[in-house]
Amino acid sequence: MKFERYGIGIAKGLRVTFKHLFRRPVTVQYPEQKLHMSRRIRGNELIWDKDKCTGCATCAKTCPQGVIQVITSVDAVENKYVVEKFEVDTGYCISCGLCIEACPYEALYMGYAYERAKYRREDVIQTNEQLLPSADRLRSGYMYPEIAAQLPRQTLLLERITEEEE
Amino acid sequence: MTLKTEPFVLNVGPQHPSTHGVFRMRATLDGEVVVDIEPIFGYLHRGIEKLAEERTYTGVIPLTDRLDYLSSMANNLGYCLAVEKLAGIPVPERAQYIRVIMAELQRIASHLIAVGAFLNDCGAFMTPIVYMIREREKILDLFDMVCGQRLTYNYMRPGGVSQEIPDEFLPALDKFLKQMPGWIDEYDQLLKENEILLARSKGVGTLSQELAISISASGPVLRGSGIKWDIRRADPYSIYERFEFDIPTGTVGDCYDRYRVRVEEMRQSLRILEQARQQIPGGEFRSKVPHLIRPPVGETYAHIEAPKGELGFYLVSDNSIAPYRCHVRAPSLLNVTALRDLMIGWKIADLILIFGSMDICMGEIDR
Ligand code: SF4
Ligand code: SF4
Repeated sequence: MKFERYGIGIAKGLRVTFKHLFRRPVTVQYPEQKLHMSRRIRGNELIWDKDKCTGCATCAKTCPQGVIQVITSVDAVENKYVVEKFEVDTGYCISCGLCIEACPYEALYMGYAYERAKYRREDVIQTNEQLLPSADRLRSGYMYPEIAAQLPRQTLLLERITEEEE
Repeated sequence: MTLKTEPFVLNVGPQHPSTHGVFRMRATLDGEVVVDIEPIFGYLHRGIEKLAEERTYTGVIPLTDRLDYLSSMANNLGYCLAVEKLAGIPVPERAQYIRVIMAELQRIASHLIAVGAFLNDCGAFMTPIVYMIREREKILDLFDMVCGQRLTYNYMRPGGVSQEIPDEFLPALDKFLKQMPGWIDEYDQLLKENEILLARSKGVGTLSQELAISISASGPVLRGSGIKWDIRRADPYSIYERFEFDIPTGTVGDCYDRYRVRVEEMRQSLRILEQARQQIPGGEFRSKVPHLIRPPVGETYAHIEAPKGELGFYLVSDNSIAPYRCHVRAPSLLNVTALRDLMIGWKIADLILIFGSMDICMGEIDR
């Protein structure tokens, strides 16, 4: 092949690379600096509202991975189910969120936190009390717009760049 | 004196940074020249088609995310269209537009990786792909905003999408549409006329029109050879007949043409996005669909133009809550069958380049 203008294309490309020297970096130093996650983040844990749950097990039937186990007994006096065990093996959970969508009583939520690595395999299986919401186990706004509205606004790379350039 | 020579068998992959996944090629070399090549795959087989047979129709959607993991939204769309066709589920207007916006954003994201990886394989080490990953990150931010995940979206449902787009989505999309054309121009400035790139990719790995048709190639690989075939035009699904866009094609079908087709397609996707953004109506985001879908006995095939080509889902229903059979027509698998013809006679360094220009995704080939 023959190139008449040898070098011009390369010079053009290098100009772009050179421009980047003066742009602000777009990355952050992760463990020290943290961005706000999406308000609908499907973090790797489920949050369960014990009082709302009726033990209908719709979530367990919906879960494509079959990781939710609901064991109930019948309370003959009040004529309802009592949830004895609600267990999620988060090791198998693919965070698809279908259980949240299926729960007819709004008793199940996705977690907002995402740093949930565990040292022991047994810790991955979460039962009853371990699934309740608490200060560091916030609920995510996935399928719940009213919860999403209370969470901090997501940091967008899109906005970071425009603001700096303007 | 004559030297005794013999062909040398070289294993490329399965763990090789340039095979884009766990793809293995057994290349027979004569010196530096490739004389034979045998693609071997199956290292990422997860039995998705079989798993689909024991899940509910909705439960299969997370599985489709894991087919071509660089374009999960397109996979969701293809599958949902097949279920809707099978069960006769209507889709509200607004949901159609949301779907188109997602599918086109996904096309840009997927092409960014395809182009970046191709340039990386050409020897433009890391710089272009890192720039492109930055732009892809902005799209992933948008997806994260609507569905809470960056890669496995699980967003579309038979009859619409899982939830309404948040209020901050459309303003963010506007910003993206304003910025993105400038970035694409910058990429062009970066490498379009680079002499080294031209020398390495022009005329290399030419896929003739006859071969492209006979292996039923699709997507940018087919269009790179100059055939104007795009499912969005040829067999419009969803609401694509309402949008105005061109189908970019190449001329000779070499690596450079395939690369250019992808870049031009990003521009066309932006055009579709602009129009969809203008036209998006209010209303429902999902029609009323029973929790467990039981389509009538029958079979159907629905196909879409996924970023990598024609993605089809063939579903058979026996009126139960799970598909009786779910087959995926994966574009990467059919495109990759051209490899042997393309590579024979080229040098070992071109092998990586030709392979990069095909843009395959192992998740989809092995399923
Ligand atoms: S998120 Fe998905 S996989 Fe995890 S428990 Fe819920 S339905 Fe099952
Ligand atoms: S679907 Fe909801 S109410 Fe029913 S068992 Fe699961 S969490 Fe409880």
